[in-house]
Amino acid sequence: MKTTKKILINFAHPAKSKSKINIALRKMVENLDGVTINDLYDHYPDFMIDISREQGLCEAHDVIVFQHPFYWYQAPSIVKEWFDLVLEHGWAYGAMATALKDKLFVQTLTAGGDAASYQADGMNRYTIAELTSPFRATANLCKMASISPFTILGIHRGLPDEEIRFHAENYRRFIVALRDNRLNLDMAKEIPCCSTHLDAIIGKE
Amino acid sequence: MEVFLLQLFIFFVTSAIAVPIAKKLGLSSVLGYLSAGIVIGPFGISLIADVESVMHITEFGVVMMLFLVGLELKPSMLWQMRMPILGTGGAQVIVTALVIGSVTFLVLPWQQALAVGLTLALSSTAIVVQILRENQMMNTTAGRSIFSVLLLQDLAFIPILALMPFLATDLSQEASHSKTLFIDISQFTGTSQFIIILASLLIVFVVGKYISRPLFRVIAQTHVREIFVGAALAMVVGISLLMTIVGLSPALGTFIAGVVLADNEYRHELESDIEPFKGLLLGVFFISIGASLNFKLIGDNMLMIIGIAFGLMVIKFVILLLVAYVFKVAKKNRIIFAVSLAQGGEFAFVLFQFAKTNGVLGAEITDPFISAVVISMFLAPLLFKVNEKFLYSRKTDEINQQMDVIDEKGKQVILAGFGQLGMDIGRFLISAGVKPIILDNNAAKVDVLRKFGFEVYYGDVTRLDLLKAAGAPEAELLILTMGDVEITKKLVDIVHKHYPNLKIVANASDLEATYELMDIHVDKIRRESFGSALMLGQDILQLLGMDPYDAYRLMRIFRKHNEDMVQELYKRHQEDMDNYISVYQQQMENLEELMTFDLDMDSDVLDKAWKSASPEE
Repeated sequence: MKTTKKILINFAHPAKSKSKINIALRKMVENLDGVTINDLYDHYPDFMIDISREQGLCEAHDVIVFQHPFYWYQAPSIVKEWFDLVLEHGWAYGAMATALKDKLFVQTLTAGGDAASYQADGMNRYTIAELTSPFRATANLCKMASISPFTILGIHRGLPDEEIRFHAENYRRFIVALRDNRLNLDMAKEIPCCSTHLDAIIGKE
Repeated sequence: MEVFLLQLFIFFVTSAIAVPIAKKLGLSSVLGYLSAGIVIGPFGISLIADVESVMHITEFGVVMMLFLVGLELKPSMLWQMRMPILGTGGAQVIVTALVIGSVTFLVLPWQQALAVGLTLALSSTAIVVQILRENQMMNTTAGRSIFSVLLLQDLAFIPILALMPFLATDLSQEASHSKTLFIDISQFTGTSQFIIILASLLIVFVVGKYISRPLFRVIAQTHVREIFVGAALAMVVGISLLMTIVGLSPALGTFIAGVVLADNEYRHELESDIEPFKGLLLGVFFISIGASLNFKLIGDNMLMIIGIAFGLMVIKFVILLLVAYVFKVAKKNRIIFAVSLAQGGEFAFVLFQFAKTNGVLGAEITDPFISAVVISMFLAPLLFKVNEKFLYSRKTDEINQQMDVIDEKGKQVILAGFGQLGMDIGRFLISAGVKPIILDNNAAKVDVLRKFGFEVYYGDVTRLDLLKAAGAPEAELLILTMGDVEITKKLVDIVHKHYPNLKIVANASDLEATYELMDIHVDKIRRESFGSALMLGQDILQLLGMDPYDAYRLMRIFRKHNEDMVQELYKRHQEDMDNYISVYQQQMENLEELMTFDLDMDSDVLDKAWKSASPEE
C-alpha cells in the first residue's frame, strides 16, 4: 500500500467572486503536496470540456474530490456536464472499464440550509445523504469506493470570519488525512457527513 | 442585312409571345417554341423564308446545351454513371434499332431498314434536357437515368454516321458529302482518319485541362466581362469547328470540353456567359423545327405519317419500359423514363440528310420519316405534361427530389465574397461538414484557394445569372460577405425577387449598414468584426484578472443585450428618418445611445445575474 495518495479536487463554482466559503476552503488545500485543484469553470467557461485531459487527470490521481456549492439540491451544471462527457463507457464503466476502479470518490459541498432543514421533517424533506445519493451511485457504477460528503451547511445567513476559518482549517485536516492514508474509510462511509465527525474518522496526526 | 434583321426580329417577337402563353397554360417552353414555329412557318403565316438554313445555324444551340450539360458533370460523376450509360443506353439503342429495323424490313430492303432503325433509335437531347431542366429534374434519379441514355445516343451518333455509307444501295448517288458539314477527311486512309480523330479529341482535352485555365485567368483579370464572354464563345465555336472538320458530332466535342472544364474555377462564369446564347439559339432551333413541319406532305400522306409517328413512339415506349425493367430503374421512375425518351431526335434530320446524300435512302422515304419525327418531337413535351398530371404523382416526385437533394449534400449553401471574413466562415463551415459553393471575383485569389482545396469559382458575385449557375434555385442559404452595403443591397433585392425562399445571411460594416439591411429584411445580419471585438474584450477582461467564466458570461450578456438593443435602436432610427442629421452627428448619436444602454446594463443586469441564480448563497 502506498504511503500517500494523490488527490484531485474538481472545483466548480460559477461565481467565485461572490463566494467566500468555497474560496476559503480551496485556499487552504491549494498548496498541499499531492493535491491538484482543477477549476472546471476556469478551464471550460464555454462548457467545452476536454475529455481526454479530464480522463488523464483522473487516471493520475487516487482520490477524486468534487467541491462545489449545492444549487437546487444539485451540483452546478458544469459538474453534470463533466459526468455526462468524461465518464465514458469502456473507460469509466462497463465490463472492461477499469480506469477508475478502486479510486476514492469524495464530495465537498456547501449549502445554504442548515442541518435541521435537511431532515425528513425539515424544510428540505430529505437528508443530504439522500439528496447526494446519485453521486455515490455513479461512483459505484464506476467501481469506485466512496465516503459520505464533507458538508458545510447553514451558509445563507452568512458565516462570521472565524467560523469560515474554522471550516477551512477542518477541510485542510480532512484532505491531509485522506492524502496520508490516515482517514478511517469504513467509518467515513457510515457517519452522515465527514465534516461533523472529523475527529472520529481522522487517526493520529 | 435587313432580311437578316427582319428574320431575327420575327424570331424574337414570336418567342416573346409564344413562350409566355405556353407557360401560362402550364406547358413547357419547348411547346411554345414549336407552336410558334408552326404559326410563322410556310404553312402558317409564312414569315420565315429559309427554314433549313436557320435550323442549321441554330443547331449550334444544341451544341452549347451539351457544353453546359458537360459542365455540370464532373468526370468522377460520369465514371459513376458508366453502367447506366453503357447498359441502359446501349441496350436502348441496339434493341430499338433492331425492332424498328425489323418492322421497316417488311417494306424496305434490309440496308434501308437498318438505316431507318438506327436513325429513329435516337431521341431528342435538346427537347428532353430542356424539359428536365425546366422541371428541375436533372439531378433526380429519374433524370439521371434519362440523361444516361441521351448521352449514349450522342456517342452512338458517330458510329452510326460512319456506318451509313456502307448501307448505300443506290450507288448512282455519288457520295457527295456536303462539304460545309464535313470537310473531306475521308480521302485519308482509315488509320490516319483514326489518328486525326484521336488527335482532335486530345486537343479538346489539353485545351480544356491545361490551356483554358491560365488563359481565363489572364482574361478575368482584365475585368472586362465581354472579353470573357467572347473567349467562352470562341472556345465552344472552335471546338465545334474542329469536331465538324474531323467528322465528329460538335455536340459531343463540346460535351467533352464541358466535362473537362467541370472542375474548373471558371465553371459558373462560363455557364452563365454561355447560357443566354444557348437559350436564344435553342429557342430559334425549336421554332425552326416547328416551321419545318411539312403540312402538305403530311396532308397527302396523313395516315402513313401519323402511323409512323405513333408506331415509333409506341415501339420506343415499350422497349424503354423493358430496358428500365431489366436495368432496374426504380419502379416509380420507369414510366417517366419511357415517356421522356419515346420521341425521335434532331440527329434524325442530320442522319436522314446524310443517308440521302449517300444514296442509302431516297427522299420519298426520308421526307415522311422526318415529318413523323417532328410530330413525335412535338408530342414529347405534351406527353411529359400528361404523364406528370395523371400518372407521375407529384408526391413521389417531391419525395424523390428531396432525397436527391440530400444526395447532393453540401450544395445548399452559396458563399459570395471570399475576403477574410468569408474565408473564416468558409473554413468554419467546411470543418462543420457544410461544403459551400464559394464565389469570388479575384481570379488570382481563386487560384490560390483552389490549391488549398476550397471549391471556389471565379465570378462577379453581384450577377444574378452567376448565382443561378452556382445553384441558387436549389440552394437553401446565401451568405453575402462583400461588406459593401450597396452591392449587398442590390443582390438581396434581386435574390428576394427571383428566389424568395433563399435565406440570406449578410455582414454589415457598421450600424448604419445594419439598419439598411434590416430595411430590406435580410434574415440574419452580423456586424463586421463585432464578434472579434467581443472575443477580444473577453480576452482583455481575463488578462485584467477576471475569472474566465465571468468574462465569458459578460461577453454573452453583452452580446444578447446588444442584439435586443439594435432592434430597439432600429425602431428609433426609422422614426427619425425624416429629420436629416449629418452622418457624423448620427454616428455620434448612435455611439451615445450605445454607451448609455450599456452603462444601464452594467449596474442592472450584470449585478442581478447571479443574485437570482443562486438563491441560498
